Amino acid sequence: MKELGVTKVEKKEIEILELLEKNGRMDVHTIARMVELSPKEVERAIQKFEDQQIIHGYSTLIDWTDVLGYEGVTAMIDVKVTPVRGKGFNDVAERIYRFPEVKAVYLMSGAYDLSVSVEGKTMSQVARFVSEKLSTLDTVISTTTHFILKKYKHDGIIFGEDDDNDRRMPVSP
Amino acid sequence: MSSDTSRFIAEHVDSLKPSGIRRFFDLASTMENVISLGVGEPDFVTPWNVIEASYHSLEQGYTAYTANAGLLELRELIAEYLQSAYAVPYRAEDQVIVTVGASQAIDIALRTILNSGDEVIIVEPCFVAYASAVTLAGGVPVSVGTQAANEFKLQPEELANSITKKTKAIILCNPNNPTGTMLSREELLPIADLIQEHDLLVLSDEIYAELSYDDGYVSFASLPEMHERTILISGFSKSFAMTGWRLGYAAGPAALIQAMTKIHQYTIMCAPTMAQYGAVEALRSGSASVEQMKKSYRQRRNFVMTAFEKMGLKTNRPGGAFYIFPSIKETGLSSEEFAEALLIEEKVAVVPGSVFGESGEGYIRCSYATSMKQLTEAMKRIKRFVESRLT
Ligand SMILES: Cc1ncc(COP(=O)(O)O)c(C=O)c1O
Repeated sequence: MKELGVTKVEKKEIEILELLEKNGRMDVHTIARMVELSPKEVERAIQKFEDQQIIHGYSTLIDWTDVLGYEGVTAMIDVKVTPVRGKGFNDVAERIYRFPEVKAVYLMSGAYDLSVSVEGKTMSQVARFVSEKLSTLDTVISTTTHFILKKYKHDGIIFGEDDDNDRRMPVSP
Repeated sequence: MSSDTSRFIAEHVDSLKPSGIRRFFDLASTMENVISLGVGEPDFVTPWNVIEASYHSLEQGYTAYTANAGLLELRELIAEYLQSAYAVPYRAEDQVIVTVGASQAIDIALRTILNSGDEVIIVEPCFVAYASAVTLAGGVPVSVGTQAANEFKLQPEELANSITKKTKAIILCNPNNPTGTMLSREELLPIADLIQEHDLLVLSDEIYAELSYDDGYVSFASLPEMHERTILISGFSKSFAMTGWRLGYAAGPAALIQAMTKIHQYTIMCAPTMAQYGAVEALRSGSASVEQMKKSYRQRRNFVMTAFEKMGLKTNRPGGAFYIFPSIKETGLSSEEFAEALLIEEKVAVVPGSVFGESGEGYIRCSYATSMKQLTEAMKRIKRFVESRLT
C-alpha cells in the first residue's frame, strides 16, 4: 500500500479503509478507538469515502461450498478482442460488464486482453453465456473458459481455516 | 540410602524461586474457553516467506552445524540491519553472535561478565528471567523499582542510589515487558552518564525495538560513548513472530562477543541451522511484514487503552511491545487476587504485575497480541468483573 508523503489524517483514513476492507461490519466506535479519532470523525471519513465512491458498498464473503441447497459455478474466461480505434478496450469491456452474470472484468497484460469472471447456476448455463453472448460480440476474437473447481483462498481469506485456532500456551513470560 | 533424588540438586538451583507465571499457567491450562491476555508472544504465525525459506534449506540438505557464532551471511545481515535501523555499527566477523533466542544471549552475556558476588541492577517490573539468570551466573541481582507516576521510567537518581562498588552491569529493557514503557533519547542520556561515571556495562534488551509505536526509537548502543559499554540483545521472536524458532542475537564489543562465543561454543555449538536460514530470509525480505503486524498491534493498543480508561482502570500509554499494564488498585484487590478471581469468574487470563517485581504489585499485565474479536470480548468481561468489585 502506498503511504509515502501522506499526512497523519490521511494515514488514519487509509487505516479506516483497511479495517473496513477486512471487516465491513466493524462498528464506528471500535474503529474510532483503534485509529485514535472520535466516532464523529470516523463517520465523516466513511461518509466522504462513500460519496467519492472509494467505498463502493459492503458485501459479505461467503464460502458457498457447504451451503445446503446452493448450486453455483464460477468460470474465469480469457477473452481476446480487437480494440476499437479511439476507444481502446473500454467499449468492449463495458459491453461485457453490463451483463449481470459477469462478476468481474479486468484488462490484462500478456497473452489475452480481458479476464472475465462469470457466475451461473450450472456449467451449461455459463457455457450458454459464453457461446451466445460473449463470443458473438463483434470485437471478440476468441475465448478460453476455465471453471473453478475449488476455492482455497478468496479476497485474501483462506477458506476452511479456523481463525481462532490459537496454538500458543495460555500464559507465558 | 534416601530415595529423595533432590539431594543431588545444587543449592543455588534449588533456591531459585519458580516463576509466578507458572502458577497461572497451571490454573489456566485446566480451564476451557479461556481468553488469554497472558501470552508473551505474537498471535501471528511467522511470515510465510520465512517458513518457506527454512523448508527450502531443509530440502537442500542444510542440516549440519553452522559456525559457532552463526552463519556469516546472517551475521552480516544483522550488522547491516542494526546499522540501517538504529545507526549502530558492528562487524559481522567478531561483534555479532547468533544465539538460541534472546534468552540465551542474556545467559551467556551474564556468564561472560560476572565474577561471583558481582551485582547487576535490574529495573523492575521486568521480564521474569533476568534475576534468575544473574543468580545462575554467580551474580547478585539488585532491583530498582519504577512507578506508574513516572510512567514506569527509570529515574536516574534511583539508579544512582543503587549503584555500589560491586555493581558491574545493568539490564535495561526498552521497550519494556511488562509495562510497554519506551525510553526516549533524552531519558536515556542521564542513564548513560551514570554508566560512564561508574564504569558499568549495559545489557540492553531491545527485543521489542521493532514494535515501538512512537517515533524515534533509540538504541542504547547509539548513545555517545555507549557502544563500548553495551551488549545489545535482540532477536526474531517478537518482531517476526518467531518465538518457537528460538533465534536471537547479541552485538557488542569484540572482546565480549568473543568471550560469549567461547561459552556458546562449548555449551550450544550453534543456534539451530534451519532457523538461521529462516532468519536470513526474514532480514532479506525487509520490514513489510513487521510493519503490517506492528500496525495491528498499535490499533489494538489504542483499543484496549481506551477500554481500560472507560472502565476506570488507570493506565499509561504503552510506547512499545504488546503489553499494557493497568492499575487495579481501585478494586482493593492484590494483583494475584485480581488475576485469579478474573480467571475463575470471567475466564480471562492476565498476569499479576507482582510476578514482574515488587513494584508491579497493584497492576496486571495484559497482552494485546490477540485478535480484535478476542480482545473485544475480553474487555467486556473485564469491565463486568471490575464493576462487580467497585460497587
Ligand atoms: C524482554 C524480553 N527479553 C527476552 C525474551 C526472550 O526472547 P527469546 O524468545 O528471543 O528468547 C522475552 C520473551 O518473552 C522478553 O519479553
